[in-house]
Amino acid sequence: MTEQLIKPYGDTLDDGRVQLSFTLPVTLDETAREGARQLALLMGLEEPAVVHAEDMGQDFSFFIVYGQCRHQVDLSKLKVSRPEFATLDKEVINHLIAEKMGRKMVVLGACIETDAHTVGIDAIMNMKGCNGHKGLESYHEMRAINLGAQVDSEDLIARAIAEKADVILVSQVVTQKNIHLDNLTRLADLLEAEGLRDQVILIVGGPRISHELAKELGYDAGFGSKTYAEDVASFAIHEWIKRKAA
Amino acid sequence: MAQLHLDQAQIDRARNSARRIARRVFEQMNRFTTTTVERATLRLLGVDGVDENMVPLPNRLVSHLQEQKLLSHGAAAVVAGAMSDHNWTARQVAEAVVAGRLVLDRPRDETAARAAAAAEARRMCAHIARQRARRDAGIYLIVATGNIHEDVIQARAAAEQGADIIAVIRSTGQSLLDYVPYGATTEGFGGTYATQENFRLMRAALDEAGSKVGRYIRLTNYCSGLCMPEIAAMGAMERLDMMLNDSMYGIIFRDINMQRTFIDQFFSRMVNAYAGIIINTGEDNYLTTADACEAAHTVLASQLINEQFACLSGLAPEQMGLGHAFEIDPELENGFLWEIAHAQLVRQVFPEASLKYMPPTRHMTGNIFKGHVQDALFNIVSTLTQQNIHLLGMMTEAIHTPFIQDRFLAVQNAKYVFNTMRDLHSEVEFRRDGQIEQRAQRVLSETEQILAEIERIGLPAAISQGTFAEISRQPDGGKGLDGVLAKSADYFNPFPKLMLQGDDRDD
Repeated sequence: MTEQLIKPYGDTLDDGRVQLSFTLPVTLDETAREGARQLALLMGLEEPAVVHAEDMGQDFSFFIVYGQCRHQVDLSKLKVSRPEFATLDKEVINHLIAEKMGRKMVVLGACIETDAHTVGIDAIMNMKGCNGHKGLESYHEMRAINLGAQVDSEDLIARAIAEKADVILVSQVVTQKNIHLDNLTRLADLLEAEGLRDQVILIVGGPRISHELAKELGYDAGFGSKTYAEDVASFAIHEWIKRKAA
Repeated sequence: MAQLHLDQAQIDRARNSARRIARRVFEQMNRFTTTTVERATLRLLGVDGVDENMVPLPNRLVSHLQEQKLLSHGAAAVVAGAMSDHNWTARQVAEAVVAGRLVLDRPRDETAARAAAAAEARRMCAHIARQRARRDAGIYLIVATGNIHEDVIQARAAAEQGADIIAVIRSTGQSLLDYVPYGATTEGFGGTYATQENFRLMRAALDEAGSKVGRYIRLTNYCSGLCMPEIAAMGAMERLDMMLNDSMYGIIFRDINMQRTFIDQFFSRMVNAYAGIIINTGEDNYLTTADACEAAHTVLASQLINEQFACLSGLAPEQMGLGHAFEIDPELENGFLWEIAHAQLVRQVFPEASLKYMPPTRHMTGNIFKGHVQDALFNIVSTLTQQNIHLLGMMTEAIHTPFIQDRFLAVQNAKYVFNTMRDLHSEVEFRRDGQIEQRAQRVLSETEQILAEIERIGLPAAISQGTFAEISRQPDGGKGLDGVLAKSADYFNPFPKLMLQGDDRDD
């Protein structure tokens, strides 16, 4: 592949111009200002300029800095992990489920453990969906069950057994101190221990979730923001068909 | 001030429906008490501390009373009887029970025990009454690092930057704990545990920061979940100023049993009322799951119900921080007009309330630049419609718990808008029969209709039909029902009489 070297663009190709803002835990003075500039240099920014600095009280100061990024990346050498499937529309998905499965696909959704933020799971599961993309409840070939917030992993698994779930969809929004990693690992481990891991398609979603992270944690797919029900549904039926053939 | 033309008779009809809805629930639930109401009572009588397994002594004592089949009589007189017998404090009684040195029984002299309990209760009421602070509304910021000592640093900085109100957001999951953690805590997720010691540490820090900046800095926490009454008691003792305290939030969003919640909210609000604490209700949350335009009337209906529950607990109108939010999809044409209509409608329906106005969260995207503009528009509606408790929007909403500079920029945004538009609200009028007025009138009539329907079927049935936030909960479902017990005919608790009368001197 031919090289495709890129760096940030301000108003001229390859000028490398970037902006950043940060706080330093010191009172604002000339030394602090110079400290901010030196930090920008160390970050790989040439000719950094502190365009704004302000004291925030309690020995904190705030900086806005512009500089020229000295680095570049070669896009042709990058490999990005993403779930391999084509996003289909709802009717096609319904049709595929009916044809290939011959029954309704059962999808169980939940925010697990301590996470109480249902915005994401609701957007994917609930009838109304999000931004005009209807949720899985509106798919007539799916039985979509949204268990909501703060569902213990054990309860989720018990329900998955009771409902004979094909897909488990978990949402993790709270990521402070990486608690989502503990929660997600715990669920995957429990499923493994119950001998159920191979029987379900396990998907995680959330604003800080990538497909790569999901795979590392032992999930089949991970979806970040700007993902809608049809993306999740397309992956689920694609994966189901793939497993059936294997 | 700009006013919308609204039908006052229609507002009155809606409010009367809400009054009957709340009254009916109150009458059904007043026959019950809960484990956490009794634990709160014990805390107010001076029981605090934990056993060797970090189980709070109020929990141990209430479990003991349950085992001895005494709890339905109320914890207060039983414990006061033992205090008199041994000349002990309530805490010493608890310690003796936990150590297995004492088995509680009905007091030998019930009348004397009740009088002793009432005397203890009066002492606590006097303490709480002494520290009611003068409180009005202002700019409201949240800190949430998980570590109380780090929170203290951030809260001091926020006060210095211009915040009037600091909320320490709670660790995710605390609402489902059936006990209150103990001591200063340094580990939490998405927030910091609400403990009495954490309350005390933050109160002291804000008093210090307040004297530095020359204004009183108010402290907020979360009086919700399975231990609502106990958190209220702790907040009253440690001079908190605001409490998130909703009559239905826990039922809907935390799947806490509705009977438990209705009983607990009554007691917790009574304590908050007596302590002069402003409650914040949670209707804004409805709009994180339901559409802000389609569900606007459910917010107003819920606010009217919350108001009537608050009245039953003795809260004054200015202590009612009724919640609503700026959550209309920013892509909607004229959405800003509908935000103004909703905010102004709420302002006029509750002219004396301390309205709590919440910033956009649902439609925040991670584009911090757009987010800062959304927050500025929210600030404009807030000042134009004269909201009282203005929770600051963070441009980094949907990304992370705020960095110190996020709060700094949010305060600057709000101060800029509030200052440059200070008198705008008295300079403009709404066009008669214009789009904003018509929108407000439509929401008001939908509110009247839905309240009439809720009154017809009863509040528990309405909740089970998913009336609020499109979430359905059943009367016997959810967590905490096992903590609900019927009061005996001779049930006694000294606090309602003292606190509802607002009199801390005579019996």
